[in-house]
Amino acid sequence: MSKRKSVVIRLLAVIFALVIFAILIRVMDLNPLDVYVALVKGAFGSAYRIREVIIKSTALVITSLGIAIAFKMQFWNIGGEGQIFMGAFAASYIALNYPELPKPLLLTLMIIAGMIGGGLWALIPAFFKAQWKTNETIMTLMMNYIALKWVMYLQYGPWKDPMALGFPKIANFSANAILPKVFGIHIGWIFALLLVVLVSVFFNHSKKGYEITVLGESENTALYAGIDIKKTILVAMFISGALCGLTGMIQASALNNTLSIDVSGGLGFTAIITTWLAFLKPFFILIVSILFAALLQGGSFIQTAFGIPQAAAELLQGMILFFVLASEFFIRYKLVMNRHQVANEKKGDN
Amino acid sequence: MNLISMEGITKTFGSVVANKNINFQVKYGEIHALLGENGAGKSTLVNMLSGIYTPDSGSIFVRGNEVRLTSPRASIDAGIGMIHQHFKLVDVMSAKENINLGQKNGFFIRDDILTKKILEFSNRYKLDIIPDKKVYEMSVGEKQTLEISKVLYRGANILILDEPTAVLTPQETKKLFSIMNKMKEEGCAVIFITHKMNEVMAVSDRITVLRKGETVKTVKTIDTNTKELAELMVGHPVDLAIRRDKVSKGKVLLEVKNLLAENEEKVEVLKNVNFTVEAGEILGVAGVAGSGQKELCETITGLYPVKQGDIFFKGEKLVGMSPRQIITRGISMSFIPEDRLGMGLVASMDMVDNLILKDYQNQKGFLINRKPAVKKAKNIIKELDISTPGVNNPIRELSGGNIQKVLLGRELGSNPELLITAYPVRGLDINVSYKIYDLINEEKKKGVAILFIGEDLDVLLELCDRIMVLCDGEITGILDAKKATKAKLGLLMAGEKNGKLGDAELD
Repeated sequence: MSKRKSVVIRLLAVIFALVIFAILIRVMDLNPLDVYVALVKGAFGSAYRIREVIIKSTALVITSLGIAIAFKMQFWNIGGEGQIFMGAFAASYIALNYPELPKPLLLTLMIIAGMIGGGLWALIPAFFKAQWKTNETIMTLMMNYIALKWVMYLQYGPWKDPMALGFPKIANFSANAILPKVFGIHIGWIFALLLVVLVSVFFNHSKKGYEITVLGESENTALYAGIDIKKTILVAMFISGALCGLTGMIQASALNNTLSIDVSGGLGFTAIITTWLAFLKPFFILIVSILFAALLQGGSFIQTAFGIPQAAAELLQGMILFFVLASEFFIRYKLVMNRHQVANEKKGDN
Repeated sequence: MNLISMEGITKTFGSVVANKNINFQVKYGEIHALLGENGAGKSTLVNMLSGIYTPDSGSIFVRGNEVRLTSPRASIDAGIGMIHQHFKLVDVMSAKENINLGQKNGFFIRDDILTKKILEFSNRYKLDIIPDKKVYEMSVGEKQTLEISKVLYRGANILILDEPTAVLTPQETKKLFSIMNKMKEEGCAVIFITHKMNEVMAVSDRITVLRKGETVKTVKTIDTNTKELAELMVGHPVDLAIRRDKVSKGKVLLEVKNLLAENEEKVEVLKNVNFTVEAGEILGVAGVAGSGQKELCETITGLYPVKQGDIFFKGEKLVGMSPRQIITRGISMSFIPEDRLGMGLVASMDMVDNLILKDYQNQKGFLINRKPAVKKAKNIIKELDISTPGVNNPIRELSGGNIQKVLLGRELGSNPELLITAYPVRGLDINVSYKIYDLINEEKKKGVAILFIGEDLDVLLELCDRIMVLCDGEITGILDAKKATKAKLGLLMAGEKNGKLGDAELD
């Protein structure tokens, strides 16, 4: 299967999804073409909307890159969500306790703390996997809920802002703890672009990246090549979690200006989808993430513009995913129509 | 009169032509050998007889009637039975239960009648089946006999054997040949696929040689010889003698002492193994498949846990070292498993990435420089005549033989001091096989100690200096290759201990 062919199949899948959704729009007595035009307008129609798309894609890109590192090793890190929470938590700890530090120093510390927070959270399932071969899918998934409930506990308990008049909310960060803007968008988008290049170099030219790929393909081969399997699992998962943790830091600092249970909003799960659709390739992750963010942004626009219920807008995302994932079948297998043979087999049965 | 006639058979897989206009006839009461190098199209051809593939064009006639064998069922109904390399038996069932599986003979089975029927049948073909013996208690030879019985019991009178001797000791092979001859007397036809020419000469009546998907020639066995057959297979004259260079022996490089290893079920897979390999020596290892060869290779290279005993390399203790440390000591191991890929290579990676697998760690810094590996890849492609679209294609896209050459090229080119190589020529064509033997001999001349695990006894006898025989994880003997014979090796492979050999020359 050539690369071009698989890209064509995926694009066809998206088109099919749009066609099917168009029927649905018809049923709702709307003109599908209008809705789709509005969808694009909603995503790219104004400077504000484009900024929103970039902000959404920034978080998706960084998280997806982190998840891609784990997936490359065939370590199914479903715990991006939890790692985002723990990264945000660690960064917030610094922000809330040292609000008066000079801005560059404070932000650097927050970034380091966020990455260590996410990294350590990811290290727990990695350690269990390396040591006792536990199932990382279940473990990372469950740890998401632990992280979520931990942040919720902080928000409703010890970290609750006494000034918030009983409202369950953690105090806002000081101005020094908020990421600066570049061209009107928080600086995270530059991090994302840099990381795309860095992770790409990491995958294609570094020793660790090579080891991760070998280990992902076959543990026996890795052993045979003299790769330290446990160390590789731990290092890769730490990096994976650290990137998710960085997302958490960015979300808390630039968007929420504090730690809250809304800091992730399902990013860790959405990123799994974008990572997978991008075949774990950093530059594809960038493109897929932007498209996905546009879909999210445009989707919320058509809700208000056409009075389409939110659930219907989400249907479109679901449909695109469904078709793209189903199209994998046609990428892996060739469909052969052979009526002659079928007829013969039937004869054979009698 | 032809029992089977295949006319103008063509079969393609994508752009690969596996069979091209093949004509192949089998008569009543003959053993017909199908000879050819790997990739010559033997398996494709018989798979069309057994209903696994259907030809793109051409016709198949059985007993003069044209048939369409569109499923294995249709093939069995036409009286064609195939014995695959990997047995399809239910381990926990007895011989008679396995034979009776899938038979349409009513809901209830009268046990005594079944036993009686199977015994009668067994006597007719001299199969020596013990109806109530469980499959897991059987030797490989017994299992194969059972496979044959299963097919014959279903009324097949055309039997296809796909490389049946690969897993057998010489004695078991002899027994198989007598069964084949018995079938011939009964008027059945036997199609025998192999690339071992000695066996072809010993048992077949006629031989059809395939090369690159086409029939080269069908000859009567009595009118030909191995040299001519090799020429037909390869397409040009070949020298079949393997060189055994005289190299003055050096000091002992590898010493294995009382080595004991267990698998996960706590079954001993290596039992008190003792041997040495000297510099400039090829120590061959013979044994039926699964006698502990893999475990032996892997314990030496630190991949398999050692229960007891010691392994010394140049006086240094290897047990307890990591695989990485052992690689840096200059020990190379290449094990070619049946699927060719095994643990030595990564299928989805290209040739360059596979070549750096074991030495990228020697590079300094965080990044890998792939340029030297690209050059090396191009050299290996030239040297070993690898057919590949380029050095950047995933090796999964190469054929089995070419994949194997990538592995051997890397390991032979790594300048080892101890070279462990298992089944290096498995399935390679004659030319490349001899090229590999030459390369191994060159290593030997450089003073490398070589542990050569082989399956073809003729090759072991010619190439090696000494031959160690493994049976069920135990060393049953170490012979001087110049004085050893296949018969002696065969007895040792079957587990006869040194004492019973009498005149065998022991080292």
